[in-house]
Amino acid sequence: MVEFALPANSKVGKGKFWPAPEGAKTTKVFKVYRWHPKDGANPRVDTYEVDLDTCGPMVLDALIKIKNEIDPTLTFRRSCREGICGSCAMNIDGTNTLACTKYISDMTDEVRVYPLPHMPVVKDLVPDLTHAIAQYSAIEPWLKTTTPAPERERPQSPEERAKLDGLWECILCFCCTTSCPSYWWNGDRYLGPAILLQAYRWIADSRDEATGERLDQLEDPFRLYRCHTIMNCTRTCPKGLNPAKAIAEIKKLMVERRG
Amino acid sequence: MASNLRSPLARVRGLGSAKDGTGHWWAQRLTALALIPLTLWFVAGVLGHVGADYAEVRAWIGHPVTAGLFLLLIGATFYHAALGVQVVIEDYVHNEWAKLASLLTVKAALLILGLAAALAVLSILFD
Repeated sequence: MVEFALPANSKVGKGKFWPAPEGAKTTKVFKVYRWHPKDGANPRVDTYEVDLDTCGPMVLDALIKIKNEIDPTLTFRRSCREGICGSCAMNIDGTNTLACTKYISDMTDEVRVYPLPHMPVVKDLVPDLTHAIAQYSAIEPWLKTTTPAPERERPQSPEERAKLDGLWECILCFCCTTSCPSYWWNGDRYLGPAILLQAYRWIADSRDEATGERLDQLEDPFRLYRCHTIMNCTRTCPKGLNPAKAIAEIKKLMVERRG
Repeated sequence: MASNLRSPLARVRGLGSAKDGTGHWWAQRLTALALIPLTLWFVAGVLGHVGADYAEVRAWIGHPVTAGLFLLLIGATFYHAALGVQVVIEDYVHNEWAKLASLLTVKAALLILGLAAALAVLSILFD
């Protein structure tokens, strides 16, 4: 059944308090989810007072400052710090987004930082994405052709290429997938918005010759049709993409090929 | 649990695609669309008979066009409800036996109600 309450070992407790250094003028409170796989304790929320005068403008800057100067045990993923790698996807102030492109000044009150929802947690803000990545490999995200490779590149008209706009920009941060209630309840079988957008990226590619097989693989009450147009995916996408529209396009093709 | 030793990809692929679901999805959209004019017609028809006596309402329902629209309304309503409730149960009930039992119960109940409604209209039509 659907889990309406957290299991007993996931109930979040009160954590430690790390006050701002003496003399700090502009401070911001960060409440950060903490969980260690080995200490046998429940998760807790630690409170950090960060001196904004010596901190960069983004939430990721604050997390790095916390790790460097306040509490080195804090664990999170980050890499490019410019919204292109998708590593620092997390739930900030109740919305899944990238810590590196989220301004601290956008948040009026305390900044609440949690891992992506409804995924197993490896430690602190690091979610286990094994299943989602396996779902990505299941859609075989590469160009599939039967026609032998030409001498030069495979031609594509500007109009055909334009069909990939809004799809190729996806960085697979899984903000959308982990914001989707349908994925929370049925993520074992439902592919979720990120993977369906990626699947459509190959279906929409004029150079691909496996469109029908790709649709065959998706035509399933759970893999595709668990999408109930809730639209959390589109609302939360930090890249401004529209996974819900990509899913709708797949559903349209499913109907189109029947008649 | 033995299933935990399967690779992540094997778990995702599972039993494969059911190659099904499009008919269900499309039927749900079409019945939703059909229910817009049918419901408006039904509400208008009922409002038009406010204050009418029993014989007048019976004569209205017994007209072939009215009876036909009533049958369409009843069919679309109960079919749409069955498709919708099926999705809700599949979403939230994860125990296979509970899922099967609740799906069969709900569909049987909707079928009986739909049949009873349709037969009521037919009994007036052929009275």
